[in-house]
Amino acid sequence: MKLNLEPKIEDPDGFYNQLIRLHDGLSEAQSLELQSRMILLLANHIGDSEVLSEVMRIAREPFTE
Amino acid sequence: MPYEYPKFEYRRNADQDAKVPVRHPVVIAGAGPVGLALAVDLALKQVPVILLEAQDTISVGSRAICFAKRTLEVCERLGLGRRLLEKGVTWKKGVVFFGDDEVFEFDLLPEEGHQFPAFINLQQYYLELYAIERAQELREFIDLRWCSELQAIDSGENGVRLTVGTPDGAYQLDCDWLIAADGARSFCRKSLGLEFEGRTFDDQFLIADIKTKADMPPVRRFWFAPTFTDADSALLHMQPDDVWRLDFQIGPEADAAEEMQIENVMRRVRGMLGNEIEPDLEWISVYRFQSRCIRNFVHGRVIFTGDAAHQVSPFGARGANSGIQDAENLAWKLQLVLKELAPESLLDSYNAERTYAAEENIRHSTQSTDFIAPKGVISLAYRNAVLSLAKQYKFARPLINSGRLSTPTIHRESMLNTADVDSWSGKLMPGAPAADAPLQSPEGESWLLSQLKGEFTLLYFTEDAVPELVEAELRSLSKNLVPVKPLLIGLKPESQGVSVFDLQGLAALRYDARNGTTYLLRPDQHICARWKTFSLDEIRSALNTATCN
Repeated sequence: MKLNLEPKIEDPDGFYNQLIRLHDGLSEAQSLELQSRMILLLANHIGDSEVLSEVMRIAREPFTE
Repeated sequence: MPYEYPKFEYRRNADQDAKVPVRHPVVIAGAGPVGLALAVDLALKQVPVILLEAQDTISVGSRAICFAKRTLEVCERLGLGRRLLEKGVTWKKGVVFFGDDEVFEFDLLPEEGHQFPAFINLQQYYLELYAIERAQELREFIDLRWCSELQAIDSGENGVRLTVGTPDGAYQLDCDWLIAADGARSFCRKSLGLEFEGRTFDDQFLIADIKTKADMPPVRRFWFAPTFTDADSALLHMQPDDVWRLDFQIGPEADAAEEMQIENVMRRVRGMLGNEIEPDLEWISVYRFQSRCIRNFVHGRVIFTGDAAHQVSPFGARGANSGIQDAENLAWKLQLVLKELAPESLLDSYNAERTYAAEENIRHSTQSTDFIAPKGVISLAYRNAVLSLAKQYKFARPLINSGRLSTPTIHRESMLNTADVDSWSGKLMPGAPAADAPLQSPEGESWLLSQLKGEFTLLYFTEDAVPELVEAELRSLSKNLVPVKPLLIGLKPESQGVSVFDLQGLAALRYDARNGTTYLLRPDQHICARWKTFSLDEIRSALNTATCN
């Protein structure tokens, strides 16, 4: 697998807090759009289609039979 | 049988019969963990203390139960550490569950070579009881007055006049410094009209301390979204005397009185521990919490410590543990100011360092709360995504936050530090508390921190004999107005003229020490300066910086 699943985020608590605070004051629809924008930005940064496919597969795991 | 609380007798004191109010150097309001730790610390520095306590007994209910390594190290210096360790339940591992699934396990102190473990669990009343007994041993310096309630504070430029209520009526006394250690509902804080800034959380938590013989390891267990009870989270912790702390997050709308009904508590207890369990209920309580502090901890001659100054959520055990750090930070500064060996501005560093620490603790405990009790759909979705990924995928585990457990604050930016000029490896830095390490002394095995007795100390590491010039300069430092006590550590068995040896090499590793490495430590064991080579001028200059001289 090309996808890196080892911990890499420098300041996990700081990052998580930033992620949560980013949604402050947004409606649910706005939050969804914000998440989509973030995913598209990150996906473009990654670029590698094999990695992106891995990400999509794992993200969907709990919802697949 | 539930714990029996001792009663302490009110005694009349000479101040009550004085025609004019008697003046004392230090009065501490509140004989909780923080007030007691400060009183003992000051007494060991031969500063007389009046300790006022409104009640006639110790903390009712176990309340704070997790005492961190740093607290034990501070208490060891105060003469309490081993006793706490012997009575307490030592633990360092935690397990986190999501629903019924175990998500991951953590170890808070994965390395060996420390006198004290990452944590012990111990009911707050034991810590208070042992500290009271220690205070009684130091009665030459500590006057502990029970049933003595602060009723008025008149704060002047050079001192404070207090009115103290007793069963015999009120009396007045004066002090140079009043230390507010009177807890979350601090009378001192209200009396000075100081406002807390921060957040109040709506969620309610139910505590049940139960007594039962149970064959379970001393591991902190935390459930997100448990299935065995109707609660958003649950926590299980072992305490001494076969007591277990159960904590359930019951939501903002729960009816506290209803939840505290014995049959309702028992339903939750049995959900967690099994239907066959027949425990004694020791203590039941429902609480909400705040994350907040006052902006300044020093107001003229009134100094705030512990919960009187700052409050945090219980996740992370950052309340009592940070309060004890307030006490150790303040004790030596107050002593030097009272002895006129340092200017009053030294107390500004107490304010700067401990407000910084309070902000750090509030940040950590608020972030834990945001994870444990997420507000809104998006926060909950992120939280559950982290937990569901974490079981299988390691990358998500550092994001799980079931409480970031108390570690001592590093005063990186402190005005008392002298910045490094040499380059260093390892985790230590100016502002950090000194690291422990096993040492060998002529009397046998010892610990580095046990060698530090509440004075400025100079660690000097050497491979061979201590040079004569260094010896002479160390002698002059030990006779300084603010004495600096040398601790000479031999890096090799053949080192000469040293008091202790680092035969396992762990001190050398943790301090990045070679021949001639020198560390200047504050009386509270925090590093204020360090050098790769010994220089008397540098040491004197760093000592002046560390004492605002």
